[in-house]
Amino acid sequence: MNESVNTEAAVDSKLAVEIRQMHKWYGQFHVLKDINLDVTRGEKIVICGPSGSGKSTMIRCINRLEEHQQGDIIVDGVELTNDLKNIEAVRREVGMVFQHFNLFPHLTVLENCVLAPIWVRKTPRKEAEEIAMQYLERVKIPDQALKFPGQLSGGQQQRVAIARSLCMKPRIMLFDEPTSALDPEMIKEVLDVMIELASEGITMLCVTHEMGFAKTVADRVIFMDGGEVIEENKPDSFFDNPQHERTKLFLSQILDH
Amino acid sequence: MTDQMKTKQYVPGEHPDMPPPAGISGPVAWVKNNLLSSPLNVVLTVISLWALYKIVPGSLEWMFFDAAYTGKDRNECLAKAGGACWAFVGERFELFTYGFYPAEERWRVNLAFILLPIALIPILWDKCPFRKIGIWFAIAYPFIAGWLLLGGFGLESVPTDKFGGFMLTLVIGVTGITFSLPIGILLALGRMSNLPIIRMFSVCFIEFIRGVPLITLLFVASTMLSYFLPPGTSFDLLLRVLIMVTLFASAYMAEVIRGGLQAIPKGQTEAADSMGLKYWQSMRLIVLPQALKISIPGIVNTFIGLYKDSVLVIVIGLLDPLGIGRASVATTEWGGLSTEIYVFVAIFFFISCFAMSRYSLYLERKLETSHKR
Repeated sequence: MNESVNTEAAVDSKLAVEIRQMHKWYGQFHVLKDINLDVTRGEKIVICGPSGSGKSTMIRCINRLEEHQQGDIIVDGVELTNDLKNIEAVRREVGMVFQHFNLFPHLTVLENCVLAPIWVRKTPRKEAEEIAMQYLERVKIPDQALKFPGQLSGGQQQRVAIARSLCMKPRIMLFDEPTSALDPEMIKEVLDVMIELASEGITMLCVTHEMGFAKTVADRVIFMDGGEVIEENKPDSFFDNPQHERTKLFLSQILDH
Repeated sequence: MTDQMKTKQYVPGEHPDMPPPAGISGPVAWVKNNLLSSPLNVVLTVISLWALYKIVPGSLEWMFFDAAYTGKDRNECLAKAGGACWAFVGERFELFTYGFYPAEERWRVNLAFILLPIALIPILWDKCPFRKIGIWFAIAYPFIAGWLLLGGFGLESVPTDKFGGFMLTLVIGVTGITFSLPIGILLALGRMSNLPIIRMFSVCFIEFIRGVPLITLLFVASTMLSYFLPPGTSFDLLLRVLIMVTLFASAYMAEVIRGGLQAIPKGQTEAADSMGLKYWQSMRLIVLPQALKISIPGIVNTFIGLYKDSVLVIVIGLLDPLGIGRASVATTEWGGLSTEIYVFVAIFFFISCFAMSRYSLYLERKLETSHKR
């Protein structure tokens, strides 16, 4: 599946994310085993797999919320090492949306959105607020800008979280199970925003169980289990013609209920 | 089927909101629910009313209606009335307020007293006009007050052993409160740090200070330090006390704040990290505002404790209000007046502590953003 692994890969401007022979351990526990992944710019990737398969850990390694112990991760041409400068440079360009939104409850929606542009990008407040309002409009909640996150529904909160990430104008967006904590009625409003975002050419890596979303949006689907990438393919082939027994079992469980 | 249709007054989906049935609100219902809801509650209510009846009228009689307010000494009071003798308050008010601060320089203490609320209001009240300037003034206040009280730079200097009374309490309380909060925050962050040396230092400091009674620290401050310091260095006793009281309160503060920090979900720092905020930015903008909000009851608790503990300086010979009270009891004019004097000091402390407590409740309500829908 993966081409020959080239550890000395020259920085290829076409690649948004390169992961080479990456391993990670939690203490003695080997969570991620030999992960190799190239993501080209603008590519949409959906990562699925049973819980505990390491999919969240994998994408959290991409912005160094988790540290890897072996192998290389190069994001947007910057290699992730212990160097704080590199880590901060990567985090500025990589947005992340979390399962539990992680909005800042003591700040209003607008303040949530302008915080990082003001403090990290040094954008003047007024300009940051204008940008924030644009993105809040795009996620269709500009009228909630002055409310606190606790006053919004789950779906609205997650849309704010997406707008908050976009305010940093990231080149890569990571989604860590963005709809898993939502009521069924609210999943669609979040997915719609994500589908719209996908149509705009941003690079997306998305951990999700929403197979409908994967079919519509993904360029590639990656299936993980036990810390390994078991299978990766284009969505049609992945869903219609899974190669591995483990993938077939997973798909039958997730689709037939 | 038709019977059921008849009992339904409204078409489904068109049911209007209705007022609640009578008897679940109003004063009668309140009394019924809160005072007389069960036989045990009835008994407790009766006992409480009886206790109030026994305590309140007698106390009021003693404190106000049968009290003497003027007089030169205790005998004059006794001749006038059978209740409390408050005459000493007027006679010894200056001593209680200023200690032995020289009379002609007391305007400086008064000025520092007057400036205190001016410095506090911009901090405590977020809609105060000119708040930015006010906050700068508040930051400068400890230095201004220190200069006014101690003198120097054009003012006649007053040695700290002349300090006493309520002024001394306020000096210790305000200094301790001002410095123990930031030091406590640093210690709490240090204790949760990933850097082992900083963590070790914070843990040792906190555990040592918390493990020793304040009185012991004050004794160390008053006697032992002079053994450790090179001979000839004079190190003001009040300054030593201030340092000890501040460090003592900081250790408690650190633990209170650590509790708050631990209550902040990990997702908050992760979100801040993922947006590229640096450690101090994410602490200052995201974690601490939330952690301090949760810790308000504990922080104010520590403030109040510190403020009241300031009376312990009596054991090393500083004359706080309690010390002056004790000295007053020993005089010929007011000998034997201990109840009134201690009640008077108690009222002073109660008013200040109660104010802090009410302010903390106001602050908690104001900062509540999570549950209002």
